[in-house]
Amino acid sequence: MAVLTQKKPTTLVEKFNDQTWRRKFVNNVLIPWIFIAPLLIIHLYVVAIPAVQGIYMSLTDWKGVGMNVNFVGLENYRELFFEDETFGKALSNNILWMAFFLTVPFILALFCATMLSQVRRGGMLYRSILFIPYVLASVVTATIWKNLLNPQRGIGAAVDNILGLEGVFGVAYLGRTDSALMSIAFIDNWQFWGFLMILFLAAMQSIPPVLYDAAKIDGANRWQEFRHVTLPGIRPILVFMFMMVAIFSFLAFDYIFLLTQGGPGGASEVIATQLYKNAFFRFQAGYGAAQGVVISIFAGFIILIFVTVKRRGWDI
Amino acid sequence: MSAIGNVSLRDTVLQRGRSRERGRLLVFNHVVLLALTAFAVIPLVVVAFNSVKTNLEIGQNPLGPPVNVVVENFPNAWDKGNFATTMSNSIIYVVATIAAELVFGGLAAYALARKKPPGSDLLMLYFLVASTVPLWMYIVPLFVQINFLKVKIGVDARILLIMVYVATRAPLSIFLLRSYMIDLPTELEDAARVDGANELQVMTRIVFPLTKPGFLTVGLVVGLGVWNEFLLALTFIHDPKQYPVTTSFYKFVDRFDRDWALTSAGAIIIIFPVMVLFLSLQRQFIEGLAEGGVKL
Repeated sequence: MAVLTQKKPTTLVEKFNDQTWRRKFVNNVLIPWIFIAPLLIIHLYVVAIPAVQGIYMSLTDWKGVGMNVNFVGLENYRELFFEDETFGKALSNNILWMAFFLTVPFILALFCATMLSQVRRGGMLYRSILFIPYVLASVVTATIWKNLLNPQRGIGAAVDNILGLEGVFGVAYLGRTDSALMSIAFIDNWQFWGFLMILFLAAMQSIPPVLYDAAKIDGANRWQEFRHVTLPGIRPILVFMFMMVAIFSFLAFDYIFLLTQGGPGGASEVIATQLYKNAFFRFQAGYGAAQGVVISIFAGFIILIFVTVKRRGWDI
Repeated sequence: MSAIGNVSLRDTVLQRGRSRERGRLLVFNHVVLLALTAFAVIPLVVVAFNSVKTNLEIGQNPLGPPVNVVVENFPNAWDKGNFATTMSNSIIYVVATIAAELVFGGLAAYALARKKPPGSDLLMLYFLVASTVPLWMYIVPLFVQINFLKVKIGVDARILLIMVYVATRAPLSIFLLRSYMIDLPTELEDAARVDGANELQVMTRIVFPLTKPGFLTVGLVVGLGVWNEFLLALTFIHDPKQYPVTTSFYKFVDRFDRDWALTSAGAIIIIFPVMVLFLSLQRQFIEGLAEGGVKL
């Protein structure tokens, strides 16, 4: 009875003195937030705070060392887009990179996943072997392929040898301005495409077989089957990976840095490798930060496109 | 009755037609798949070959199988590449990151999945947005901060690198573990409470054990990612005694550029632990990485 007639606590002091309220607060608010706190604090410290600092830094001429920091407004961005020709080159390389990665691995993965989804015997073995490159470290993959693309001792030289030619295929793919970027993209793709294939394969295997039977009854040929049953069936993952790969294309770094460092003569330079050199080798921290912001804006823009398209419910 | 008869007849016709078609087409499928498999495997086979040749033999026969198998490259590479040190460093980075990620991620995911304290929607939104922020946006200021902690405060660079790894993989572990926990039926937890278990016991004895596949997935994705990670280690670790295998191998290849026998053996040493783990946990690896890649 006493409990029933008790006044509901209203002020903070009353609340704090009320045992039930206190227990509820501890159990439902305090402890959960204590559980969340470690990861949140680390994340704020490593990601959120530096990200905000990065925006400010991009508006200064800070060198990365010393105390001399001047606020220069959008000067870094003006220089990037209107004066720095190497940035224009890097940006166009990023776009080439994106064009490569939105086509080659997708076609390869779709084709292979289609083939693999029809195979019963040995399917698991193929799946595992094709996935192996994806678990390798980029440093290792880069070293392996650097050797394989060596003009004197690589695959090209071996092909020349067989055909009785000299210096036709055995060329320095990574050392020539016209082939460096696409050779690196090829190597990166060698490691990456199996992952895409596994995602598509998993999606294909969850398409009800009844749909294929229905397509057969309607007299669909293999291409029509692929076009009207398989593609719509895997559309969500296809669209999502399109977005992810488009974003990754602006973040590309590892293979380019490992294989050519952006060379020869800036032929394989992308924004990220330029940023890294500006910030960590050339004492242009403010300028590098501005490039980081530009990369993020591109990534944000891609996400925006996909979100908008999805909102409108377009049939993609 | 006749309709059913028709369907089953049609089914058998289709079945026969399809299996005949399959029998024919599978040859083509296998040819394509074998070619792609060769494309995936041959580079690795070449490295394995070269790791047991002498440099003299590589000069004459850079791609084919070895004529004389020599194993000296491995102890040589192990010593010159400082693998004893860098391997143990990498193991420290991997184990510590996984441990911190699973403990902190598990706690946070539990709070978000089951307790939903005020502000948790906002927090999920924060992690969703933050997970799309590219590393390039914050790497320069982060370098300044980390350098400050390292030089001025004297924090061990290894701890700082682990902290960066834990943070950059936090959204993945929270989303993944939370989704596993949300899928659990609450009845078990209620039953445990009725039996007198306190909240801590409910979490550690009921929820965490039932979420084991989620923890395994996060552990594999995070562990493989850290073992192979290059950019952050390159940026934050400058003492060769603290190098992980990746940045150490990068310098090693740079130094012994022409010594293919040595660098190939080094490559095999790095690949080996990952391959053993991958081949023994194929399904978990493939499904885990696929899931991790799609969740984020």
